[in-house]
Amino acid sequence: MNEHRILVIGGGPAGMETAYQLKNLGLNPVIIERSDKLGGNLSRWDRLFPTSEPAEALLEKLMEQTKDIEKKLNAKITSIEKENNIFHLKLSNGINYKADAIVLCTGFDLFKAEKKQEYGYGIYNNVITNAELEKYFKTHNDERINEPKRIGFVHCVGSRDVKVNNTYCSKVCCATALKQACEIKEEFPEADVYCFYMDLRMFGKGYEDIYLKAQKDFDIKCVRGRVCEVSENIEGKLVIKAEDTLLGTPMKMTLDLLVLMCGMEKSKSSNEIQKMLNISNNEDGFIETRDLFSGLNLTKEKGVFVAGACTSPKTLPETLAEARSAAMEVFNYLGFQDVRN
Amino acid sequence: MIDFGFCISKSSHIMMDDIDLKYFNKLETLNPDIKTCMSCGLCTATCTAGNFTDMSFRKIILMLQRGKDKEAVRLVKKCMMCGKCMMLCSRGINTRNILLSITRIYNE
Ligand code: SF4
Ligand code: SF4
Ligand code: SF4
Repeated sequence: MNEHRILVIGGGPAGMETAYQLKNLGLNPVIIERSDKLGGNLSRWDRLFPTSEPAEALLEKLMEQTKDIEKKLNAKITSIEKENNIFHLKLSNGINYKADAIVLCTGFDLFKAEKKQEYGYGIYNNVITNAELEKYFKTHNDERINEPKRIGFVHCVGSRDVKVNNTYCSKVCCATALKQACEIKEEFPEADVYCFYMDLRMFGKGYEDIYLKAQKDFDIKCVRGRVCEVSENIEGKLVIKAEDTLLGTPMKMTLDLLVLMCGMEKSKSSNEIQKMLNISNNEDGFIETRDLFSGLNLTKEKGVFVAGACTSPKTLPETLAEARSAAMEVFNYLGFQDVRN
Repeated sequence: MIDFGFCISKSSHIMMDDIDLKYFNKLETLNPDIKTCMSCGLCTATCTAGNFTDMSFRKIILMLQRGKDKEAVRLVKKCMMCGKCMMLCSRGINTRNILLSITRIYNE
């Protein structure tokens, strides 16, 4: 092993895969994670689209790959300074690191559903989020989910919506919605399950198959139209309004459970780190990459690389692929094969 | 009573709770392929009758799902059973058979 030390900031799938590949390339990565465990948002999920593979299986694989890699958990970065292309990073517990490169893998936060007040999250008991439904699938412990007879899913919550300043598509929530719709139907076969979508963006390998399976085998009813408001009736049931835009008629229905498909926003925790490194955001509020083609792992700052959902919403396979390419970019940057920097 | 010219307008909303889907469920049991319609509109674009009338297979399905049975049956009457829609449907739905089933079930 050579002396080149690389700091990978963020211990989710992107950070774990980047560190693993850096190590394979003979470099010396350290994962800096602010929470007390690795895994990021992946550790909150129960099953993954398109195959409903357990999230746990992927997480275990990533854990296994990173078991010999140095990590700092509960790490709070207090400063990063750059001098002669060397980064000096300080943690709040007094530990300092000197590094040749930094890879930002700070990931995403889910959109805060309460910001879309008209959907009543935090006001009405039976409005839950996609993350909470995953948690229920893991634990089967949520008193709000009690033999629901009619369930609705709202797509694009916090995405494609100028009213919350997020005009981009979060990419993963269409597939997640239909996956979750099938899973909840499996649990409550008597329930009617509706998905309210604007477009079904089922672009990846196996996603369109989820759509067909949802219709054919699970009887999921897809309604094209965005839910405009949610209220509660006297019995405590939810009443939603939407337009069936394919028929051109407004409709209302009562539901026992409403699941909001919260989209992705860049993780808030990356803001401070970006400030220290002088890295700006793009128009969607994610980290700006050098360009949108061959420089997706590069930033404007020499020696600072990026991978995963901190630069735009991404699926897991995309995130992992980006992590591998980030490792390669770092390798090239360090002079093993100097091409782009 | 003096007529002031006011009246109560009926809500234009479809109230899904009040819809009886008994017939539609029967139709769906007989023709489970109906569930896979993705509203692409191929059937309607190619429809011989749709060239001259408001016939639309896609809309018929939606209308039945939303309880607009009368309107749907009115449209079905315009079909000439040529089967062009069936030849094109991207989901392989047996549209012609469904149209026949609708005639049978909803005329009961
Ligand atoms: S993936 Fe689907 S639900 Fe998510 S933002 Fe895009 S269109 Fe909306
Ligand atoms: S069978 Fe009926 S609905 Fe289908 S294309 Fe012919 S006229 Fe149109
Ligand atoms: S062609 Fe088939 S899938 Fe497309 S709208 Fe008509 S019935 Fe539905």
